[in-house]
Amino acid sequence: MTDRFVAVLAGGLSHERDVSLRSGRRISAALRTVGVTVQEWDADANLLHRLREHRPDAVVVALHGGEGENGSIQTILDLLSIPYVGTDPDACRRSWDKPTAKAELARAGVLTPDWVVLPHSTFRELGAAPVLESMVQRLGLPLMLKPDKGGSALGAQVVRDAANLPTAMVGCLAYSDAVLAEKFVDGVEVAVTVIDGPDGPEALPAVEIVPESGVYDYTARYTAGLTTFHTPARLDPKTADAVAELAVTAHKLLGLRDISRTDAVIDPSGAVHFLEVNLSPGLTETSLVPMAVEAAGRSLGAIYAGLIDRAIARSR
Amino acid sequence: MTPGQPPERLGARSLDPHLQRYAARAAGMTASEVRALFAVASRPEVVSLAGGMPNLAALPLDFLSEQVASIITDEGLTALQYGSAHGVPLLREQICEVMALEGVTGHPDDLVVTVGSQMALDLVTRIFCDPGDIVLAEGPSYVGALGTFASYQADVRHVAMDEHGLVPEALRAALGAAQQAGRRVKFLYTIPNFQNPAGVTMAVNRRAEVLDICARHDVLVIEDNPYGLLGFDGQIYPALRSMDADNVIYLGSFSKTFASGLRVGWALAPHAVREKLVLAAESASLCPPTLNQLIVSRYLATHDWKGQIKSFQSMYRERRDALLSGLEQHMPPGCTWTRPDGGFFVWMTVPEGVDTKAMQPRAVTARVAYVPGTGFYADGFGSRQMRLSFCYPPPERISEGVRRLASVLTEEIELLNTFGPSTSRSLSGPQTPTPDTA
Repeated sequence: MTDRFVAVLAGGLSHERDVSLRSGRRISAALRTVGVTVQEWDADANLLHRLREHRPDAVVVALHGGEGENGSIQTILDLLSIPYVGTDPDACRRSWDKPTAKAELARAGVLTPDWVVLPHSTFRELGAAPVLESMVQRLGLPLMLKPDKGGSALGAQVVRDAANLPTAMVGCLAYSDAVLAEKFVDGVEVAVTVIDGPDGPEALPAVEIVPESGVYDYTARYTAGLTTFHTPARLDPKTADAVAELAVTAHKLLGLRDISRTDAVIDPSGAVHFLEVNLSPGLTETSLVPMAVEAAGRSLGAIYAGLIDRAIARSR
Repeated sequence: MTPGQPPERLGARSLDPHLQRYAARAAGMTASEVRALFAVASRPEVVSLAGGMPNLAALPLDFLSEQVASIITDEGLTALQYGSAHGVPLLREQICEVMALEGVTGHPDDLVVTVGSQMALDLVTRIFCDPGDIVLAEGPSYVGALGTFASYQADVRHVAMDEHGLVPEALRAALGAAQQAGRRVKFLYTIPNFQNPAGVTMAVNRRAEVLDICARHDVLVIEDNPYGLLGFDGQIYPALRSMDADNVIYLGSFSKTFASGLRVGWALAPHAVREKLVLAAESASLCPPTLNQLIVSRYLATHDWKGQIKSFQSMYRERRDALLSGLEQHMPPGCTWTRPDGGFFVWMTVPEGVDTKAMQPRAVTARVAYVPGTGFYADGFGSRQMRLSFCYPPPERISEGVRRLASVLTEEIELLNTFGPSTSRSLSGPQTPTPDTA
């Protein structure tokens, strides 16, 4: 690996730029520890020029949100025939759109909280009050509101009182044109990292998330100390197997490649519900993938170096 | 994980082993969505009407380069050595000449050079405020000051402003309320000229009244005056300190009139206070950077700094005009804003129901940035307000930024029309006068 030159793409113009820059720094440092030569590049107007000029052996996409996860950057890399770690553009598009991913998994029999997805225009044209009322009737309260695309819990919130729903909708729609309303499942939150290996996708130990405030929002995610993590999750073996199986199923069904992270919740009956999948998971100091890697007794740098090898081999 | 091998049990982790050790004042130091969104504002595609960075393009860089080289050659062993916490004597004398433009007659001995006026504010708060002490500040007020007051656990009470600055009647009411509650007010913090963030200036005829009210209530006045020489018509207002040398601590800075990166500011204080400030400064930083002080001193001695300030005034005037004209042209009905005669900022109030903090992601998507109003209040107000700065982008970018902002606002209003008013968007600002009612 020592003669490999890898570009880590981080930053971009999405709402998650700050998180992405931190992920980029972390993965770059990890790759350097295993002897990879790394340059960190922003996804800006100079990117194409840099890619053409420097022709990295491979690219690690540490962009979160927007171009980094909707398949755009991956399309560019395919056009330039530059190998990259991660999912191909078509599967990116499917998974990036949360409702599409949920629908695909639900069709395959995976349990996922009931949901409704609607754009602002529907509320405008049909009147917000009756649509919100129908939404609450269907999903009950509390319910979870999320932008239909995007990560880091930006714009996501739990709504416990119908009176707060209009404000929450306005906040959520500031991030995206459509909102995903989900039945709120109270239970144990876990995140499972899946890594592609020689024998197929493998789930790393689940990480259990216990936010101090009760909600794993942006502040709880990126302020060290505001969330307690249990690695591995405090699950009985049967449930641990079930969450691992769910994550591998999501990875395969959605056509994800190299690495993904599935977020799930286990309700009091022990049933595991799929929440969402991340095809460019956070790699910051407070992110879940590095914790899972550590719990697996492996190193982030070595895992990514292996994924880089796979990406290069794929392109030959 | 090797197949068949159980995962390593790392147990419960908070990722911060020092969690139980932090002082209470660190409680609010958390990650925030607003801060995260500002990361995008640094990209050139985004028109940032958010930052308060002075525009240094007009500085004579070649001349400065020669002067810095000459300082190292001629006085290198002094410039690179520790100095006095009080500050370089020659610079203190020169600062007194700068302040004389505003009618201040201070003695160099009563002046302490600090690492920007931010440090001066920190030192003043440190020596005067115990946790829970009341500090009065204009509503809205400078976010950096609010951060300092919070770090000393002061209890900030805002005093309303109108288009003529701090409202004396509101000051009397705030002092009366504190007195009635048996609480001691330690000081009034005010930015009388081209206030940050409101852009308004305290009317000259109000200044004596404000000082009189504070004196009667035995309340110290902290006058923060970074923008005083940046009046667009060249008018220089008399400093509060020029009217009351005993009860006013004056904070000044070269950040807006010369170079913010040098971090050279100062405090002019009554003698006894000055002694404490020097001791506090010693424990904070030993001394302000000697080289930077010598650079400022050399600049004041060898460059036409007054002429330079005039060129800054004209540059910022042009930018202010671009912002105001863009607002007139593009903003939807129901928006009001201040019309500053100097400084860097315009304060805008948006229609009822719009929450400028909640709207920020939409603005970032549209590649324009502003600062939501809530950051300028210690009590949660300001959700209908935003600060727009015109100091950094060139006029044509400002116009483009305002155009983008107007369309963001129009979309947000449309969204509110869809979802109707909400009870949780009520903390818009003081019910008394606001700075943008002119």
